[in-house]
Amino acid sequence: MTQTPDHARNHDRRRMALYGWMLASPALILLTVFAFLPAGHALWQSLFTRTTSRRPARFAGLDNYIYLFEDPTFLKVVHNNLLYAAVTIPASIAIALVMALWANQALRGRAFLRTAFFVPTMLPMIAAANLWLFFYTPDIGLIDRITGLFGAAPVNWLGQPDTALWAVIAVSVWKEAGFFMVFYLAALQTIPPDLREAAAIEGASRATYLRRVLLPLLMPTTLFILVNALINSVKLIDHLFILTKGGPDNASKLLLYWIWETAFSYFDRPAAAALTCLVLLVLGLIAVAQFRGLDRRIHYR
Amino acid sequence: MTARALTPPALTLTLDTLGAWVLALVWIAPLGFAAWAAVHSPTDAVGFRLSAPLTLSNFATAWEGTPWLRYFLNSFALVSTVLAGQFLLCTLAGFAFARFAFPGRELVFYAVLLQLFILPEVLIVDNYAIASALGLFDTILGIGLPYMASAFGIFLMRQAFRQVPVELEEAARIEGCGWAGVLWRVYIPAAKPTYLAYALVSVATHWNNFLWPLVITNSAETRPLTVGLSLFAAPESGVNIAVISAATLMTVAPLLLAFLIFQRQFIQAFLRAGIR
Repeated sequence: MTQTPDHARNHDRRRMALYGWMLASPALILLTVFAFLPAGHALWQSLFTRTTSRRPARFAGLDNYIYLFEDPTFLKVVHNNLLYAAVTIPASIAIALVMALWANQALRGRAFLRTAFFVPTMLPMIAAANLWLFFYTPDIGLIDRITGLFGAAPVNWLGQPDTALWAVIAVSVWKEAGFFMVFYLAALQTIPPDLREAAAIEGASRATYLRRVLLPLLMPTTLFILVNALINSVKLIDHLFILTKGGPDNASKLLLYWIWETAFSYFDRPAAAALTCLVLLVLGLIAVAQFRGLDRRIHYR
Repeated sequence: MTARALTPPALTLTLDTLGAWVLALVWIAPLGFAAWAAVHSPTDAVGFRLSAPLTLSNFATAWEGTPWLRYFLNSFALVSTVLAGQFLLCTLAGFAFARFAFPGRELVFYAVLLQLFILPEVLIVDNYAIASALGLFDTILGIGLPYMASAFGIFLMRQAFRQVPVELEEAARIEGCGWAGVLWRVYIPAAKPTYLAYALVSVATHWNNFLWPLVITNSAETRPLTVGLSLFAAPESGVNIAVISAATLMTVAPLLLAFLIFQRQFIQAFLRAGIR
């Protein structure tokens, strides 16, 4: 190679670059058309007023954003989504960890346990919501029948503002825990059994072993799951279409559903665009945090 | 694997087994109840009579209620289209990022990774405008196209290709292979497990996807199963619990069966493909 004349090497390098760009370009074009361009489009459109049959859109600056923050529904939806995330994320991660600890032991019927935990992940959310609908139906639903045995009055779980969001949260936790379990299960299997024996010799209790040994070792997995859970807390809304449609009185409305409704039911594209931009901003912040976290993890290796 | 000295073994194991089984039964209960309701008459299902006779009429009623066959074919066409597109685009781009040095590669790769967080789900409104402008409204391609250049797929393929020893490529080059030959003969065969994992996750994701197909379809000719099911089960359509259960089971059956058969592969696939 050392004898290769300079211009030939340059030629090679140019050809490599050309091929590289050529191979990457179909994907890059599609990414541009369906990710970067629409994101830019949303930002642009969020700065204009709504087009009506009488008036074309005109530049409005940040007005759409100001309207949003003055809109009680928006504040309600943000509050809902924050509560939804604040409950769903820790609950599904904690249950996933418990599931993984169990599924990793030599318990009776382990294959069934693993399948049972993971099956919700494989169901379409829209179908899962149908199944849950029967549980929540007042009076004749399974939940009311069971609580009825203990003399409790029937509850309209999906139809009253106090419980609707919680009913939606329960479905999300049910759907997510098994998915996250898989990652914990994989991580647990890489932990050498000597650690457990060493802890046993030291006389450590199960709780101590969990807190001092397992949880720190599972930390990278937890971070990875956390990022997924954060993304999902924006993304998972399919069940709203079946269970509550965001109601009653916006009690269970989440951001993505609100974007959908604003754009396709109320035809208020600028407001929907402003909402989209706000959600993308939050996701972008998560991305930055994630990339930093990833960097640090790579340095440790 | 028993917790020998940590706690009295027998008792812990029994408690663990009990707890695990209770949780598992709770987790599978919605599906179990649907399976039970689907094979009972609507009044028996609502009345929750455990000893009621079995029937398959709900499946017949559900099947006749809406063009399911069409929806199945649409879903099938959709997942195949998406998968074929993803394989092609992500292979080429992953190969480029793994093996070709070109100016701006790092920067472009970071831009690609950014898409992991610019969710197509959040961009429904603007993607709708773009897909409509391209004449893709109410087409299978319109449902699939936004997902084809998946940043996750590109990342996955790049990782897989980077693990292929360069010696293999050099050997193939001596044999006279160009970049296409090297890709086809060396890299793609070496990445087979990654392709399988990616395929399983992709099929599961797009078989189950709902919001974007709901927005971009308008007719039974293109609608996938999930959207069909949501219309069928809407309260306005006045269908009862037993029939909805039957319809729900029908829609989840193909993927659920596939999962039960390829369970190990599915779990491996989800491990490889954390971010879908």
